[in-house]
Amino acid sequence: MSVALARPSFSERHAATLRQLRFYVWSFGRSPSSMLGLAIVSVFLLLAAFGPWIVPYPLDGAGAMNLGNRLKPPSAAHWFGTDEMGNDLFSRVVLATRTSLWVGLTIVGVATLVGVPLGIAAGYFGGVVRTVIMRVTDVFLSVPGIVLALAIVAALGPGILNGIVALSIVWWPGYVRLVEAKALALRNEPFVEAARSVGAGHARILALHILPNCTSPIIVKASMDMGLAILAAASLGFIGLGAKPPAPEWGAMISVARTYMPNWWWYAVFPGFAIYLTVLGFNLFGDGLRDILDPKSSRG
Amino acid sequence: MLRFVLQRVALTGLMLFGLVCITFAVSNVAPSDPAALAAGPDATRDMVETIRREYGLDRPLPEQFVRYVTGLLQGDLGRSIVTTRPVVQDLARYFPATLELVLLSMTFGVLIGVPAGMLSAVLKNRAPDHATRFIAVSLVALPAFWFGILLQLLFSVHLEWLPTSGRLDVATPPPPPVTGMLLLDSALAGQWGTLGGALSHAVLPALVLSFPCLASILRVNRAEMIEVLSSDYIVAARAHGVSRLRIICVHALRNAMLPTLAIIGLRWGWMLGSTVLVETVFDWPGIGLYAVSSAIAGDFKPVMGVTLLIGLNFMIANLVVDLLYGVLDPRLRTAQ
Amino acid sequence: MTPLLDIRGYRLAFDGFEGRAEVLDGIDLAVQPGETVGIVGETGCGKSVLARSIARLVEMPPGRVLGGSIAFEGQDVFAMDGRALARLRGHGVAMIFQDPMTYLNPVFSIGSQMVDVIRAHDRAEGRSMRARPAARTRAAELLAAVRLPEPDRLLDRYPHELSGGMRQRVLIAMALSGEPRMLVADEPTTALDVTIQAQVLRLIAELVATRGLTLLLISHDLGVIGALCRRVVVMYAGTVVEDADAGLLFDRPRHPYTRGLLAAVPDLARPDHRVAGIPGHIPNLLAPPGGCRFHPRCPLAIPRCAAEKPGLRDVDGRRVACHRAEEAA
Repeated sequence: MSVALARPSFSERHAATLRQLRFYVWSFGRSPSSMLGLAIVSVFLLLAAFGPWIVPYPLDGAGAMNLGNRLKPPSAAHWFGTDEMGNDLFSRVVLATRTSLWVGLTIVGVATLVGVPLGIAAGYFGGVVRTVIMRVTDVFLSVPGIVLALAIVAALGPGILNGIVALSIVWWPGYVRLVEAKALALRNEPFVEAARSVGAGHARILALHILPNCTSPIIVKASMDMGLAILAAASLGFIGLGAKPPAPEWGAMISVARTYMPNWWWYAVFPGFAIYLTVLGFNLFGDGLRDILDPKSSRG
Repeated sequence: MLRFVLQRVALTGLMLFGLVCITFAVSNVAPSDPAALAAGPDATRDMVETIRREYGLDRPLPEQFVRYVTGLLQGDLGRSIVTTRPVVQDLARYFPATLELVLLSMTFGVLIGVPAGMLSAVLKNRAPDHATRFIAVSLVALPAFWFGILLQLLFSVHLEWLPTSGRLDVATPPPPPVTGMLLLDSALAGQWGTLGGALSHAVLPALVLSFPCLASILRVNRAEMIEVLSSDYIVAARAHGVSRLRIICVHALRNAMLPTLAIIGLRWGWMLGSTVLVETVFDWPGIGLYAVSSAIAGDFKPVMGVTLLIGLNFMIANLVVDLLYGVLDPRLRTAQ
Repeated sequence: MTPLLDIRGYRLAFDGFEGRAEVLDGIDLAVQPGETVGIVGETGCGKSVLARSIARLVEMPPGRVLGGSIAFEGQDVFAMDGRALARLRGHGVAMIFQDPMTYLNPVFSIGSQMVDVIRAHDRAEGRSMRARPAARTRAAELLAAVRLPEPDRLLDRYPHELSGGMRQRVLIAMALSGEPRMLVADEPTTALDVTIQAQVLRLIAELVATRGLTLLLISHDLGVIGALCRRVVVMYAGTVVEDADAGLLFDRPRHPYTRGLLAAVPDLARPDHRVAGIPGHIPNLLAPPGGCRFHPRCPLAIPRCAAEKPGLRDVDGRRVACHRAEEAA
């Protein structure tokens, strides 16, 4: 005779986790601004993924020539109007989401990959390691990112790749600061001391105790920084040191459009609005995440 | 106290040296040849070589570094290829304009940010609070260069209320230079017409420049205010019959001052950096525009000069804020 | 005689993620002028929220009054306008709190905080506000009245420069500044050292006696209550379970919870005596037990206790809320 042992169901086994998740969803959904952020970010990601298949004039992304159609105001055929080459601005603005997405991902990715390990090392090991890492970080933080990036791009030469390199170089110190403070606080937590007292090695403590407890602020910062990195790259494009036309990039488009102001206003208005919405979306989303993941630090 | 000050000054010096190392490193990773650039496009190979020797660019890097640092110590930041003047002279010429802009922006940021943050906190989770918070996030997200263009379109082109760009109309007589800041100089000279003209030019760029700072001040004040309002001592003050208005204006405002000050210190250097964009849009002849036009010309001595100047500003601002903190916070005052 | 404080059927809840927590479930309590009343109960029984409700200091939302009323000197507290409320706070009811550090603003000197409060009272009572120097003199008098040495110098110091006992005296001085009729003390000595506790308690007792104050003392410590109060109210999970003269209550408790509470006090005279705890936990107020909220932990519980909420009844010279109060003695 077999006894059917009641195996706990999935929801029973993970009751605490599920409850936590439900709480996150509940508090996130309660905030209209967080939901707006989520919606904007979703639309942005969808456009970046499927842009080339949805836009009415996919070829205009690379910069086609259609001089008969140049600088037409917004109409049914061209929702955002056309630019000085006769390209459809709506298509170009949508296609530029892809550029922005990978620009943002690269900069934030490099910054976390460099900054987080350095921050953990500084906070956890302390002493000379910490002093050296933090002093170098402070030096980098003493110059606004956009200026240092400008200097680096000036040295490397203009172009979107150099822009990304420059922004990645200036972006990591923020993560060192963030993670160092957290790791420093965690180092003396009873559960870390307990792990150490039973003989756990540094690697084990770092991987099991320190890093997982740093992830919330890192996720929050990364989602905010996605927007800010996109904005910074667009700024370089605007100055004329980032992406070069006719590559579809919002900042560069506004840079060209500026010479066509004020009569051809739509040329500058729509790409700028796209930047604004994207950055806004990531900021609202990050704000919402912070409220639920890291409520104590929701200031500043 | 004196020890604390000396320590901080020494640390600032060390950081400045670190920054010098960075600018030197950046200058030397350049794939472009500074000697060829300095010689101009029509130079022969011999002329380039002469310049290379003259500037010491053929020497080993450590020697070049020592040269660079000794030059800096004597106030030598190199020479701008575009303006052909020494970079130091250019900076002295353009910095007052930027300083004026940043000071005006800070004023906007504090005057709007502090009351808006307080209001938001008092009306927490009601409609005005949601609106204010949304605007605050928006201000961070607005691309300064784009929003500047929109404001020009509205106020200068459409409504014709304000001038588009520059610091002063050609027709307006500039005030005798004292500080280099037109607003201050014209007020000192009593030239009120000029002051009005200068102000009408400065309002839009200063407003655009102030947005991120304004948003920060607003958010910090809101957060601090909410924390203060829910603190035990406010409960006690209420229990003792102190009025709500007085609690907000005296207790909470005083507590929110310190973090506001910290934001101003942090944002000082940051705003100097943002002038790179705002000055470009409004054609404001400050160090931001100087850096951008030099960078586009591939002339990076001026860019490095601007970088060092802004870094120096940031460090000094932090130093000042730290010292002010010591004066303003009674807890720290006795601790020292 | 109309009671000074009259709380009737007061029900208060807090709304949160997990739903509505009914922290006060129908409180009935009347205090006559000159009485000294102690409220005792475990942490979380609602005694502090009740104290704050009297001066309308509970934030709404998240708080929410579900019913009942609180009247002070015959006036409904929740119907008061700003002016009446300002008079109530400090002049009618003055409060002192648990942790004197957090109840003083760290960035203002003692003097400026006291001057602020004194001038606020002037305004609330419709007098012309006295000038700062005059208010300062008054502040120094008050500090002297609570036995603080060198009051003039003390006025220029900041909260962090004072010891816990001194800070609590400053707060008591502030509470006295409005010449209140009733003093509500919420765990006034819990955060202090034992030796300082005795001094502060003696000070409160003396002030109550000399100024004819009505005292409402909230504490989880029966010793503190016994030292200062002639009447004791026992609260459990947001309800009043027993309300009696101190002597009667300590001698012959009627409610099973009161008996458990008294049995849990260690007796220093009889070190071999085993201290008895009350089995079980305080209930989850999001889903409180039906009927009598104490019944799951009660040794005398009968089926009726789970079905029907006992009201306060007069039994054996006191008020008690228990179906089996007659048998429990």
